[in-house]
Amino acid sequence: MKNDQNEKYPIVEMIGITKQFPGVLANDTVDLELFSGEVLALLGENGAGKSTLMNILAGLYRADKGKILIKGEEAEINSPKDAMKYGIGMVHQNFKLVPTMSVAENVVLGLDSENFVLDLQKVSSRIKEISNHYNLKVDPGSIIWQMSVGEQQRVEILKLIYRGAEVLILDEPTAVLTPQESGELNRIVKQMTGEGKSAIFITHKMDEVMEFSDWVRVLQKGKLVSVVRTQDTSPKELSRMMVGRDVLFRVEKKKANPGEVVLELENVKAMNDKGLEALKGISFSLRRGEILGIAGVAGNGQRELTEVITGLHKVTEGRVIIGGKDMTNKSPLEVIKSGVSHIPSDRVAMGIVGDMSVANNLAMKEYRKAPLTQHGILNPGRILEMAKKMISSFMISTPAPYTSVKFLSGGNIQKTILAREIGACSTLLVAAYPARGLDVGATESVRKEMIAERDGGKGVLLVSEDLEELMSVSDRIAVMNEGRIMGIVDSAEADIESLGLMMAGVPMEKGK
Amino acid sequence: MIALLASILAITLRAGTSLIYATIGEIYTERSGILNLGLEGMMLMGAVSAFATVYYTGSLLLALLVAMLTGVVLSSIHAFLSITMRANQVVSGLSITLFGTGFASFLGQRLGPESNGHYLIGLIGNKFTPVKIPFLSNLPVLGALFNQDILTYIVYLIIPAAWFFMYKTRAGLNLRAVGESPQTADAMGINVSKVRYIYTILGGTLVALGGAHLSLSYAPGWTDNITGGRGWIVIALVIFSMWNPSRAIWGALLFGGINAIQFRLQATGTTISAPLLNMLPYIVTIVVLVLMTWIETMNKKVGAPEALAVPYMRGEK
Repeated sequence: MKNDQNEKYPIVEMIGITKQFPGVLANDTVDLELFSGEVLALLGENGAGKSTLMNILAGLYRADKGKILIKGEEAEINSPKDAMKYGIGMVHQNFKLVPTMSVAENVVLGLDSENFVLDLQKVSSRIKEISNHYNLKVDPGSIIWQMSVGEQQRVEILKLIYRGAEVLILDEPTAVLTPQESGELNRIVKQMTGEGKSAIFITHKMDEVMEFSDWVRVLQKGKLVSVVRTQDTSPKELSRMMVGRDVLFRVEKKKANPGEVVLELENVKAMNDKGLEALKGISFSLRRGEILGIAGVAGNGQRELTEVITGLHKVTEGRVIIGGKDMTNKSPLEVIKSGVSHIPSDRVAMGIVGDMSVANNLAMKEYRKAPLTQHGILNPGRILEMAKKMISSFMISTPAPYTSVKFLSGGNIQKTILAREIGACSTLLVAAYPARGLDVGATESVRKEMIAERDGGKGVLLVSEDLEELMSVSDRIAVMNEGRIMGIVDSAEADIESLGLMMAGVPMEKGK
Repeated sequence: MIALLASILAITLRAGTSLIYATIGEIYTERSGILNLGLEGMMLMGAVSAFATVYYTGSLLLALLVAMLTGVVLSSIHAFLSITMRANQVVSGLSITLFGTGFASFLGQRLGPESNGHYLIGLIGNKFTPVKIPFLSNLPVLGALFNQDILTYIVYLIIPAAWFFMYKTRAGLNLRAVGESPQTADAMGINVSKVRYIYTILGGTLVALGGAHLSLSYAPGWTDNITGGRGWIVIALVIFSMWNPSRAIWGALLFGGINAIQFRLQATGTTISAPLLNMLPYIVTIVVLVLMTWIETMNKKVGAPEALAVPYMRGEK
């Protein structure tokens, strides 16, 4: 393998890395090799151990076994600071930025080489030099919390360059970006590798692997399963290596058969928690027997949208009509009583009570009515009976109905929520990121449930960041940007590029 | 009239000094993400230890050092419980206040000379006296600024220094980052626990100095509850100053001023009942807190350090 690397030498080598977490062997004697001037993609499903391996290289975790060589010499990396000394820097999925501070302050945070009395003027001009060189478009004086996610990511990259990083580790960098922003990131990374720097990319998206990388290493359940040159492989082959079987990219579904309008929004406006306008006049309608997808980069008003419909967020202007009745600013209970179900985006915080049993969580919507309640007193026997039925029909894998729901895996927590919400749903299902963080099998079953609800004559509002999911599951797709709908398209006619443009704030051309 | 204003200003500064020491101390502690509700107890312990020291040795400097050491010991306990043991900071702080209040009172009955039945109450010791600064102290009204004791003059220096350190130095940047986002600070190679220890103990030292100012200058001597709830008022002042040391002065002067005016009114023999006047600082505290909370809901960014009172643990699974 090394023979055709005459000029290029391995800048990073990880040999036999093993890391044990309580109950999980996250990395099992994994090897890694990164050449200077190249991009390595680290591919794998959720929980395959990609992030763990990179956190070890970046100094956040320590390996139980194995060693790391930098430029051929054994390196002792015990902290992010050590890693930086070897020129290794990581852009984490949750950015490591202090929201209330400026770009310049974040860039020099923790740097001992700066003067004790900070010269932010000097720092700013150095930042401008770097951002001009890489065409990064970052204002050193901006405050982080006021910047978009894409801009924040550029700050992270700039911070690493400022500190002299030679090896850039990017953990799922495009998850929060529009397709256009992803292209821009690709350009920046290419420019850097052209200058002899190198990069490692953690991802589970095939198209990105093909587009960004020179080499691919595939992890499966903590083990390295294959190493290939990107040009010698295909997305199909990669996905087989990743999950160990062929994956359905399209979900089978019948043609939609829309009925009466079940949800209508008329010029709805709402504020976010910071007091800024989050919804700037949203109008659309959704029919029974139809799935309307809401696309967009997270934070463009999707959360507020689902919450004004479910009664959790105040509408300042406009009307929300559910099943022909005006439900504007009605309480969540009234909305629930009108047959609306909600799968919240933060399923652990809003979807379940972790310390309560699976059975009680399943009963949380129906408990007000007979047969679960009689004369205001709960009937535990009936709750258990109902729970057992739901557990078997939704295939929730739990040791017992009375196990605390927090001990279940993410996929089974989501199934618990689905079982409860679908059971209680009679008109409208509002689902926010229902498949986020789930493995392939769980994702498939969640998507099938959405379609089953549609075929059962209910309206489904599906909020997602995954364009593939939206295009395969929903019938129409509305794209949100900064609190507005940029356009609504039939998913049969939608293509990623035009959706991406709308996500970036370009309205759909008229007459289409 | 001028004489009246000058005297109100003089009392305001004298009453405000201990508040400013404690406020700046607590601002630094809270900026690191540690909430220390032990202020009242630490101020009382600072006051009693300072007075006992000055009574027996006559040395004001030694009294200050002993008070500071008391602050170091008490805040170290709080630091250990809330940083290393990750205990609930409210509980830990309150227990330090309960302990400090009781123990200070106990010491006040045991540390005195036998001739006074071992009581410290009613004794007279050495105290800080105003030092006139030539020329400046002769200014009308403002002269009161330059006829204060040394501890007040130090305050004039501490406020800008504390502001500069927090906003213009590398260490200040690290401190703010630790209180806002310990995860980020940790990833940037800052030792979160070390920073929190340093500023919890530094804060405690300043708080105890605030207590010492009470027993060595403002109301020389020792009486039970000499702080009169100042430790609690300081908690409100920290919020009032929005965790910015340069704004600590306004809150402290406001409350010092209310004290001064209340004394003046009582001296003139007003018909307003004395208990009602005594309530004034506390009523204003409540009003200020309500006001600040209201402002905070209007504009999210007044805010307390994001990680205040949240123990930090590195996110290994």
